[in-house]
Amino acid sequence: MENVVQITDLVKDYETGFFKKKKVRAVDGISLTVSGGQIFGFLGGNGAGKTTTIKILMSLLYPTSGNAQILGSDISDFEMHRRIGYCPENPYFYDYLTPKELLSYFAEIFGISPAESKKRTEELLTQVGLEEKDWNKQLRKFSKGMLQRVGLAQSLINDPELVFLDEPMSGLDPIGRREVRELIASLRDQGKTVFMSTHILSDVEALCDEVAILRKGKLAANGRLDDLLTTHAGDQAFEITLRGIAAEKLSEAFADADIVSRGHGVTLRVSDESKIDTVLAEARKHGGKLTSVQPTKQSLEELFVSKTGE
Amino acid sequence: MNNSSNASNPLHRIMSIARNTFREAIRDRVLYNLIIFVLLLVVCAVLLGDLTDGQEARTIVNIGLNAVLLFGAFIAIFVGVGLVSKEIEKKTVFALFAKPVRRTEFIVGKYLGLCVTLLVNVSIMAAGVTLALLYVGGTSLVVPVWTSSLLIFFELAIITAIAILFSSFSSPALSALLTFLVFVIGHLSASLRDLGNNLGSAVASALFNAIYYLLPNLSIFSFRTEAAIGLTPSISMTGASLSYAIAYSCIALAIAAAVFSRRNFK
Repeated sequence: MENVVQITDLVKDYETGFFKKKKVRAVDGISLTVSGGQIFGFLGGNGAGKTTTIKILMSLLYPTSGNAQILGSDISDFEMHRRIGYCPENPYFYDYLTPKELLSYFAEIFGISPAESKKRTEELLTQVGLEEKDWNKQLRKFSKGMLQRVGLAQSLINDPELVFLDEPMSGLDPIGRREVRELIASLRDQGKTVFMSTHILSDVEALCDEVAILRKGKLAANGRLDDLLTTHAGDQAFEITLRGIAAEKLSEAFADADIVSRGHGVTLRVSDESKIDTVLAEARKHGGKLTSVQPTKQSLEELFVSKTGE
Repeated sequence: MNNSSNASNPLHRIMSIARNTFREAIRDRVLYNLIIFVLLLVVCAVLLGDLTDGQEARTIVNIGLNAVLLFGAFIAIFVGVGLVSKEIEKKTVFALFAKPVRRTEFIVGKYLGLCVTLLVNVSIMAAGVTLALLYVGGTSLVVPVWTSSLLIFFELAIITAIAILFSSFSSPALSALLTFLVFVIGHLSASLRDLGNNLGSAVASALFNAIYYLLPNLSIFSFRTEAAIGLTPSISMTGASLSYAIAYSCIALAIAAAVFSRRNFK
């Protein structure tokens, strides 16, 4: 699959202070590529540079140095913007408009015909789970979660090939989050690429194919989620599940091991493949039987913490 | 999905932005309050006319047209400086600028939207003055009122462009103050130039001449006193005023667009 986003040595400095200007580097030499047809997770703690990077890609900010391409065109390319969608973080829209008016305004900007605009507006508002009774209410009366849904709908008005979502789950309740997760997954099923910034790790695990993790404006990790979560050979940990043996028996022999009783069995985690035989031998001495041995993956939270240092 | 001719037409996008700006102004209750205020003023003018024996119609035109100018300028300055800054402050530009919209198109669209709002407002206010004139039987002054109001609208179009220019690089409060100063000095610039030339100082003359050529000469749109005595501006004067308003607004908007195009939206 071809690359739909290509970022090369991107740097963004902000000037702060009035009299004594001081430079703050928000994005520090990021280079990454995103291939099409996937959900790409752009992770990082607060102030890591996620929103700044997305705003540069959207031409809302000018980079200090470096460059980026979207769908094979430079980010300054006017025509390229017809093929992408964007939902800002905590989206703000004209609060005197209704969702229908907002979407039809943006459809006009794209030159979409009125008939097509009406059809697409109604489809999208339904798709994002906004009740029909709210379609003609002014946005000033909307909750944060409802605005988020309108934000998602407007980002799809032009049927984009690639959509950038900045914290799309922000402000949503658990049911809303599940619905938006399903919507994002359906975009991938339609062949679209989703570039999503978030720090809700469960959403990343549920949705993303590849991720990039930012730390203080720098790229701390980048790659397929499965690869990043699988510990490198040599440091591979294993989870041994046994039955017919009490956890206490194993605790005596392996005082420093991570042992947990689960249902009728015991799960023990070892950090070294060579210890598997020792554990099995000890278990058998006490009448224990092997249920399974599985290589374990690092959790995303562990990976996130190790990469962001938070 | 895209209607190809509309999708590639900048005018189509500008008109969409202008329509949305007009819709915003229409839904903003401040404008309605202003119109009601002017209508009340016209009622006052009628009452005042009773005190000025035989001069009711003339008084109505004098007070009415000055009110049209002042309230129009109030809208042009305060709505004008907020046109762009409010969009940045409320972050509504984020979703818009990620779409195929040039920043110049945005500036021009916002400007035209407010011009249409001002045209509607000036028309309603002129209609109020007309009603008051019809009430006192001053029908001969109706045409002068409308032609003079048209010149006021041209002046407001320049004030709007200047408000947008200032707001493209300074805060709304400072922009409003600077635009107000331009409005005041613009009415005096011709007199200031004459004053500078008569002072005998080369420096003063250069300074006042610079002000005269840099700031808009708004006195060319003044026809309120003449309208009160039943005169109408000639076609050549109206044409020259329109050309001046278009040229000055285009220059102000071009500078505003150039400044705005370089801005970062944090």
